[in-house]
Amino acid sequence: MADATRLPGVASVHSGPSELQHHFDTPEQQREASSLGMWVFLVTEILFFGGLFTAYVVYRHQYASAFAEASRHLDVTLGTFNTAVLIISSLTMALAVHSAATGRRKAIIFFLVATMVLGAVFLGVKAVEYHHKFEDHLVPGPHFQFPGPHARPAEIFFSLYFTMTGLHAAHMIVGLGLLTVLVLQAHKGRYGPRYSTPVEVSGLYWHFVDVVWIFLFPLLYLIGRHA
Amino acid sequence: MSEQLVPRKVYFAVFAALLVLTTITTAVAFIDLGPWNTVAALGIAFVKATLVALYFMHVKYSPRLTQIVVAGGIFWLAILIVLTLSDFMTRGWLPVLR
Repeated sequence: MADATRLPGVASVHSGPSELQHHFDTPEQQREASSLGMWVFLVTEILFFGGLFTAYVVYRHQYASAFAEASRHLDVTLGTFNTAVLIISSLTMALAVHSAATGRRKAIIFFLVATMVLGAVFLGVKAVEYHHKFEDHLVPGPHFQFPGPHARPAEIFFSLYFTMTGLHAAHMIVGLGLLTVLVLQAHKGRYGPRYSTPVEVSGLYWHFVDVVWIFLFPLLYLIGRHA
Repeated sequence: MSEQLVPRKVYFAVFAALLVLTTITTAVAFIDLGPWNTVAALGIAFVKATLVALYFMHVKYSPRLTQIVVAGGIFWLAILIVLTLSDFMTRGWLPVLR
């Protein structure tokens, strides 16, 4: 079907810059396909993290008091701080997507860099927490030490803690890489009202990583605080 | 414009709600509610995740197909967790047959 017989606007997009790939009819269709593709990937991520959450639930069910006791060795203040940092970074990411869609180049770069700084703060705090765990001999392995009779199940808790937060941190690092590319492209003026899909799709990824933390925080840091 | 723009004040409102819910979930964790502590923690986490998905991730404004894919992912996660727990949580219910 010839594009010329369609809306004149569509034909002009085809003859214009190369953002619209030839196998899509309209920019709108291309945008929706990209977004859907990212969501399909995120669904696999939901089940990827879901397996670990299921393992956590099973072991917590089995060793409830040991998990509560082990959880008290995590730093709630740092955990709450990091939760707030990630939520702020989701806001700045959403504003970056908004700026891209409205074509405000300086604002895109500002909000993307702000998101990256917040992501780096999160990882820095995480590194401090990991360092404390190493010093306190709470890293699973031959040097693991835990007072009281619950040492073995507590080691399972910390195995899950390091696996889940480590995998989450790895996703943050990938996110920082994505945002670096976006900043460079935004600097070249690639994103505007006509084309901002990479910013939008990377935003979906960043918010997903935030959602994972929204569940990790109460499950790891907050159980057993009231006891 | 191909982008369905969400007004920025929506983002700020969702952001404020997320911070308030974070404060509540941390505060509630220090009060002894028995088994309700877990219910409150997970309930608040679900509300926060839903807010992020609907507004920051634009699910509310997305095409039907995207919404179905998201719902499908959550449904499969529910299968993973519910079927696994239906085993682990019921193991003591019946006497072991020998």
